[in-house]
Amino acid sequence: MTEFLQTIFIGWGLPESLAIGLTILLQIALILGVLFAAVAYLTLAERKVIGYMQVRVGPNRVGPRGLLQPIADALKLMFKEIIIPAGADKKLFLIAPVLAMAPSLAAWAVLPVADGWVLADINAGLLYVLAITSMGVYGVIVAGWASNSKYAFLGAMRSAAQIVSYEIAMGFALVGVLMAAGSLNFGQIVASQQGEYGLFSWFWLPLLPLFVIYFVSGVAETNRAPFDVAEGESEIVAGFHVEYSGMAFAVFFLGEYANMILISALAALLFLGGWLSPFQGWTDSWLGQSSIIWMLIKTSFFLFLYLWFRATFPRYRYDQIMRLGWKVFIPITIVWIVVVGGLVMGEIGPWFAAA
Amino acid sequence: MLENYLPILIFIVVGVIVGGAMMAFGFILGPHRPDTAKLSPYECGFEAFEDSRMKFDVRFYLVAILFIIFDLEIAFLFPWAIVLKDIGLFGFSAMMLFLGILVIGFIYEWKKGALQWE
Repeated sequence: MTEFLQTIFIGWGLPESLAIGLTILLQIALILGVLFAAVAYLTLAERKVIGYMQVRVGPNRVGPRGLLQPIADALKLMFKEIIIPAGADKKLFLIAPVLAMAPSLAAWAVLPVADGWVLADINAGLLYVLAITSMGVYGVIVAGWASNSKYAFLGAMRSAAQIVSYEIAMGFALVGVLMAAGSLNFGQIVASQQGEYGLFSWFWLPLLPLFVIYFVSGVAETNRAPFDVAEGESEIVAGFHVEYSGMAFAVFFLGEYANMILISALAALLFLGGWLSPFQGWTDSWLGQSSIIWMLIKTSFFLFLYLWFRATFPRYRYDQIMRLGWKVFIPITIVWIVVVGGLVMGEIGPWFAAA
Repeated sequence: MLENYLPILIFIVVGVIVGGAMMAFGFILGPHRPDTAKLSPYECGFEAFEDSRMKFDVRFYLVAILFIIFDLEIAFLFPWAIVLKDIGLFGFSAMMLFLGILVIGFIYEWKKGALQWE
């Protein structure tokens, strides 16, 4: 697609650098368009799924079966007043939502959705994602500091400590994947999960503890239930974004949901073989072919888990969260890294057999 | 090689612009009717007792410091993990020694109660 667009733009008589730039911008617009639509309908899906889990219908008034609800929400938020509280640091207050959202969008630059369908196919893909997503914590802490509200401040402190704690467990889990795959490039990580045993060739099986820890840390990282003490409606009302309203609040919200989709897509790529078919090697029909559909199914599965967790588990206490992160997850991941190291060194098959 | 990173740079800039544009839209489209009660920081209807940027638990600092140590460790592990298949037993045992030293420090801080929240 890249070359096709570039030849069109050059055919219009544009210089080459401009053609390249325009092509990139168009691709980014495509990614962001799909992402925003996904975020909008994830909010609807969340309300619907949790609704049905609590034996009610969820939103069903706007449009057929409530399908236009996200659009109505977006319009409503757009026409609400943005309140800047007295005593707030005005500049930081307005920068914070952008700081929280921009990284969760920018991370999508390196994320492939199918073989070769990626904007920037760089060698250090996973490293870039890890680096850029850890920028998100600045948005939270700046928002809490700038708001000049005790609730916001407490929420930001809690949230920052929680995010950095779980980032360690998450980082260790990713190291396990890297050892198994031997590459930071997403395409190669997925390719190394290819095998004749279908879904049993994927990394979730040899790296099972890391897989579970990765996803639970991902839930904690995005401040979602049951680890949502940063918001904690019943104790610190809404945490770091209590003073935000209108679009400023919507930008935070968008970042959070984009992050959820990002974590789910990463889990699918790193542990569940991305676009590989679970029946690969078992059948030669279309079921055994790898395609973007598998990637979408896997990502949706993890997103559903997010909603399921929220409808099922009560909120953890803060000391329990920190205990789980530091005293359970970090020791397990360190032990399993050593185990994976042994497996890779011993070339234990089928996952780590000598190529 | 380096031109692969150009889309990323553009994407980051676009991400910031999109965020800024959304906020700008909110300002343009939304009403502006500030009053004292609306602008006062939210505190359940009380007048605020003290500055909201108050003293906080020193443990948050401790978590931040421990985070730096472990995050650096991960930064060291990343390149090692990628070339693990090429560096053989020597590279493997060197990193295990390094991990062992880190684990001793981890046990020490655990016993000291640095990870204890009550």
